[in-house]
Amino acid sequence: MTGASVARLSVAVEAVLGAFALDVSLEVGAEPLALVGPNGSGKTSLLLTILGLRNPARGRIVLCDEVLFDAETAIDLPTEERHLAYLPQDLGLFPHLSAVENVAFALACRSQRLSARQRRDEAMTWLERFGIGQLAGRNPARLSGGERQRIALARALASSPKALLLDEPTASLDVEARVEVRAFLAESIRALGLPTILVTHDAKDVEALASRVAVLENGRIAGCGLLGDIRQNPPTSFASKLFDSSRVPGAGAIASPSCSEDVSHK
Amino acid sequence: MKQTVSHARSRRLYDTAMVGLGGILLLFLVLPFVALVFDGGPEAIWRGLGCSLTWPALRLSLATTLVSVVLVVVGGTPLAWWLARSRWRSARWLEILLQLPVVIPPAVGGIALLLAFGRRGLFGGALERLGWTPAFSAVAVVMAQVFVSAPFYLQAAVQAFGRLDPSLLAVARSLGASPPRLLLRVALPLARPWLIGGAAMSWARALGEFGATLMFAGNMTGKTQTLPLAIYTALELDIHTAQALSLLLVSFAFALLLFLRRFNRGPEVARRLATQ
Repeated sequence: MTGASVARLSVAVEAVLGAFALDVSLEVGAEPLALVGPNGSGKTSLLLTILGLRNPARGRIVLCDEVLFDAETAIDLPTEERHLAYLPQDLGLFPHLSAVENVAFALACRSQRLSARQRRDEAMTWLERFGIGQLAGRNPARLSGGERQRIALARALASSPKALLLDEPTASLDVEARVEVRAFLAESIRALGLPTILVTHDAKDVEALASRVAVLENGRIAGCGLLGDIRQNPPTSFASKLFDSSRVPGAGAIASPSCSEDVSHK
Repeated sequence: MKQTVSHARSRRLYDTAMVGLGGILLLFLVLPFVALVFDGGPEAIWRGLGCSLTWPALRLSLATTLVSVVLVVVGGTPLAWWLARSRWRSARWLEILLQLPVVIPPAVGGIALLLAFGRRGLFGGALERLGWTPAFSAVAVVMAQVFVSAPFYLQAAVQAFGRLDPSLLAVARSLGASPPRLLLRVALPLARPWLIGGAAMSWARALGEFGATLMFAGNMTGKTQTLPLAIYTALELDIHTAQALSLLLVSFAFALLLFLRRFNRGPEVARRLATQ
């Protein structure tokens, strides 16, 4: 698991966002990381900071040897050059484009060389890979939650990302779709092997999609570790409630708040 | 029983008051249009349309307003896009300032244009040295129209861009969309119904522009006399000529309303799609 070949996203940022201070340091490799915490603890702000849509005052963000942000050397790549797949809760599918046009949009962004026809063909291949080729001409607004999720992921992957950021992927779905989407995402994330950060409010999402958990509170990581450890020793009362743990929050020797894969395996 | 009677009476009073008050305003708003259409009969109107003022004014109005709308859209779209996305505090102040032409009397706008770009105006000297004196020309007509009508488009465009779902724009950027692609392929198509509505309102305002044009461009038949100015001039000759010209303007405005109604379904569809 060691060595430079493993894709890695490492984030260490301090940011003041309004009345709120974010001070987080974490690293994600092959094991998907779930970011949990109460509303306003800074989960989405952290994702937006990684995306380059919020400006940290200090810190450094590195993705696979490429520096996305470095306050010291004033490096700040624009969002469109960060190669991050971002799936917000509402998925952000373009309502004026069909399913296949949504995917073709991502291809057009990354490669000027492809003709419209080639983009369409390749977009079709992506949809078929996710088993939704028959929906190519449909407007995504009229499709089910599960189908929309597949289009969004196909589109995100068509842009050849180097990491995956998911913001509450199942929150806006009904119960049935939630089960379907969770299974589909779990399979996809495992197959992709990209560094993945998942923001969620749902313990089932964490169990299905992530192997490590970082618990955020007031803009800081209160605890980080393997799912089993966090469940055993919840660092905050929020984590204790989320995982239905009977243990007293903060009691046991909690996994280190510095959040990297090496540490959490110790 | 007694209570029911008093209930019925107060209900009657309420109905009468509502119908009465609303009806009076309705009559007041409709009667001038009735008079405009029917007074004097069709022959008088037909004679009025034949007046020598009519066709030069109509031509000038259509040509200048077309140029004005194009200028407003071409300059207003980037400005509105920047205003809608700027987190810069001064942008909010600028937005308010840019609405000023809507609330000031058009004549004040005309004086301001004259003081800025007139021959003896603040920048008039510099323009004259470049061999260009816009005041009292067709160019001045366009400048007056742009000045008074641009805020209508700007406001619509800023609101349209501001209403775009931020996560949609974030996703587009994360997929690798460059700033021009973001504007041309995402923001413009999604905002289009509102932009068209704003451009139409802006055109209507330019077509009806009177005060600023009179002050800054003057009232010269065939040169700076647009339809509203021609109506003003015709009133001194013959009221039925003024009536005929007014009817021309009303028919344009009515056509515009019908067009907007057609396009108003656009925003409805877009909103439904966006919230799904």
